[in-house]
Amino acid sequence: MSGISRRRFLAASVAGCTATALAGPRKALASGSFTGYPDSMGVLVDLTRCIGCRSCEAACNKEQQLPAPDRPFDDKSVFDETFHGGTQKRRTDENAYTVVNRYDTKDAGPVYRKVQCNHCSEPACLSSCFVNAYTKTPEGAVIYKGNVCVGCRTCMVACPFHVPAYSYSSAIDPVVKKCIFCYETRLKKGLPPACVDICPQEALTFGKRKDLIKIGQQRIQTNPGRYVNHLYGEKELGGTSWMYLSSVPFEEVGFDPTPGNEPIINHVKDFLGTVPMVLAIWPAMFTGFHLLAKKQADHDDHEHDAEKQHGDEGGEQ
Amino acid sequence: MKSLIGWGVKPVDSHVNEKNDKQWSLVQKLFLGLTPGQYLGQALRNPFNWILGIIFAVGLPLIVYRFLFGLGAVTHASNDYPWGLFLGFGLFVMVPLSASGFLLGTTVEIFGRHDFEPIERLALLNGLLGYLFAVVYLLVDLGQPWRLPYPMFVSFGPAAVLFLVAWHVATYLSVQVAEVSVAFFEWIGWLGGKRFIRRIAIGLTVSGIILSTLHQGALGALFNYAPGKVHPLWFSSPFQWIHFFCSAIPAGLCMVIVVSTIIKKTMAWRCDSNFIDNLDRLTLGLAKGASMGLITYLVIKFIGVAHDNEWAYLATGWGAWFLFEMAVGVVLPIMLFAYAVRHQAVKLARIGAVFTVFGIALNRLNTALIAFNWQLYQEIPHVFEVIIAITLFAIYVVVYRFLLYRLPILYSWKALPEEAFAAEAAKAAPVKISGSPVGAMYRKID
Repeated sequence: MSGISRRRFLAASVAGCTATALAGPRKALASGSFTGYPDSMGVLVDLTRCIGCRSCEAACNKEQQLPAPDRPFDDKSVFDETFHGGTQKRRTDENAYTVVNRYDTKDAGPVYRKVQCNHCSEPACLSSCFVNAYTKTPEGAVIYKGNVCVGCRTCMVACPFHVPAYSYSSAIDPVVKKCIFCYETRLKKGLPPACVDICPQEALTFGKRKDLIKIGQQRIQTNPGRYVNHLYGEKELGGTSWMYLSSVPFEEVGFDPTPGNEPIINHVKDFLGTVPMVLAIWPAMFTGFHLLAKKQADHDDHEHDAEKQHGDEGGEQ
Repeated sequence: MKSLIGWGVKPVDSHVNEKNDKQWSLVQKLFLGLTPGQYLGQALRNPFNWILGIIFAVGLPLIVYRFLFGLGAVTHASNDYPWGLFLGFGLFVMVPLSASGFLLGTTVEIFGRHDFEPIERLALLNGLLGYLFAVVYLLVDLGQPWRLPYPMFVSFGPAAVLFLVAWHVATYLSVQVAEVSVAFFEWIGWLGGKRFIRRIAIGLTVSGIILSTLHQGALGALFNYAPGKVHPLWFSSPFQWIHFFCSAIPAGLCMVIVVSTIIKKTMAWRCDSNFIDNLDRLTLGLAKGASMGLITYLVIKFIGVAHDNEWAYLATGWGAWFLFEMAVGVVLPIMLFAYAVRHQAVKLARIGAVFTVFGIALNRLNTALIAFNWQLYQEIPHVFEVIIAITLFAIYVVVYRFLLYRLPILYSWKALPEEAFAAEAAKAAPVKISGSPVGAMYRKID
């Protein structure tokens, strides 16, 4: 009887150790925190300067060689488009990595907001990807490798800004489509992205992220009354490379007002931390339960025997 | 099938036919010992097969259509709701309903409750098929399903929750194949395989518990990536994984009750007395386990609400929907189970199990689809998406039934080959084998 137990115990231990080995690297990569590359570049978006000319959309379309849109880029009627019962404005999709939307506010009239990837310091898309398709480059861009993407679309679930889109129309090679900060064609060479380059209003300012934070705070201080006292993206969700200044509260122009300052990965770390504990503790615990349950059974048998062979093993507990 | 048995046909349940003079061939075993004509006849007489036929006639072409023209052709191609019914139902609902395998494995193998043995194999098969079809749903949903092995062999994202899910579901599928293969080995008559699995049974079961704890939880933790998108009543950052894991326990147990009830009603001819006679007692046993799981789940759900101080949400429309889910899917079954166990009312336990399965399924659909993007808009799945989801479920039912008809899941395989050979040699009644190393996991042969 004890021989079988030992063998079973060993089998369970081996299974447990194998499982532990499988999960070894997980925690090492999950722990620790990252506050962004020191010389990461970024863009400061000043909503008060944007006039909704949509030339950034046109420049992006050309730079990224996206298909021509249904309506030309100088057509302002797109601002009146709404979707899903009037609840949603335009969003990024496989044919548009950036869109500008108009919000009719009470205090400031029409305010235009440009939407594109914010290039988080600790991107949720990157940390949720199980094939490591995303990279946060030292220059600040969050780029994506389509050739390893399986198409699970967890990155789209994870992105707090609803940015990544999927090329659902492709049957053979669907991939995630999103702004990549013009990484290959421009950022790598130190050049600003196409949208920033073309903006006639200087609504978009390209620079080192740490400098942009100073510029943003300066603008708030030197223009009292022009801005709400908040640089959106400085701290939100662990910080983003693209940051925003606005004359109206951010929730009025489609921003999530309370995303929190924790990067998304912090919500997942606790669970990832329990993984090695479960892997380490469960084998011994459940094998132990098994031995306890078996011991009980043996004990019953033993009592049964003892009744028959009166007193033979009576000394045992 | 019932009428065939009425005419004296006996479905295969051993290697040799009734007169003990001829071994069944594999093909004959596949036909349950019927002639092809008889087999076809019983299949055509079954109205359920006609329903399945209609579903397949519509759904199978749509599945082909999906692979030819992409996901956009059969779904709304939503960038806001990247996960639709295929994952919302196929993965997030099927996996908790398949927790039965590790639960009954633990009960019998680890805790030594051998009185649950008559239903253990059904629970193991239920687990295996549920996971298998969760993967099938996944393959239909993935943009590039042929790259499914990439996280294992090509490109690694080990800090991602989905990486853990992928590895654990793959590993656990292999564990479950091994566990269920015992029945298959009996059926094809290869005792060596059976003995080998028996030897590693405890190891398999313990790894099953580890893998299940983690990936059931990990499916919940996937939503930790979307803290702002899931309605706070269905999301709890610290407890999401344990909510999912805990609710999988009653879900898995109740799925076994539901499936065994359907079997009792529609497939009684395939069950032996060991299964049928014990079923009522086992149903109440499973109901007891499920009610403990449900009470714990109810408490930790409200701890989740209290922890994040979300009481105010209960007064909203979402709160009413949440309370409905809790009342119908959790509280009502607890009450039914309590009454059923106390008064030995098996039927009530079965009704309670149906509500539990409904409640946990609703919880997963709420988390993944209904209360997801609660601040945006409600996505209604494309009709093709619904049809494909139903078709895949119908395939699951067909495979499930195919295996139950054949493998010794609901009945005991009559004789081991040695027995049969010994019997042939001695030209006598089958010899009782005692002290067989195959041991107590398997139903008593004699």
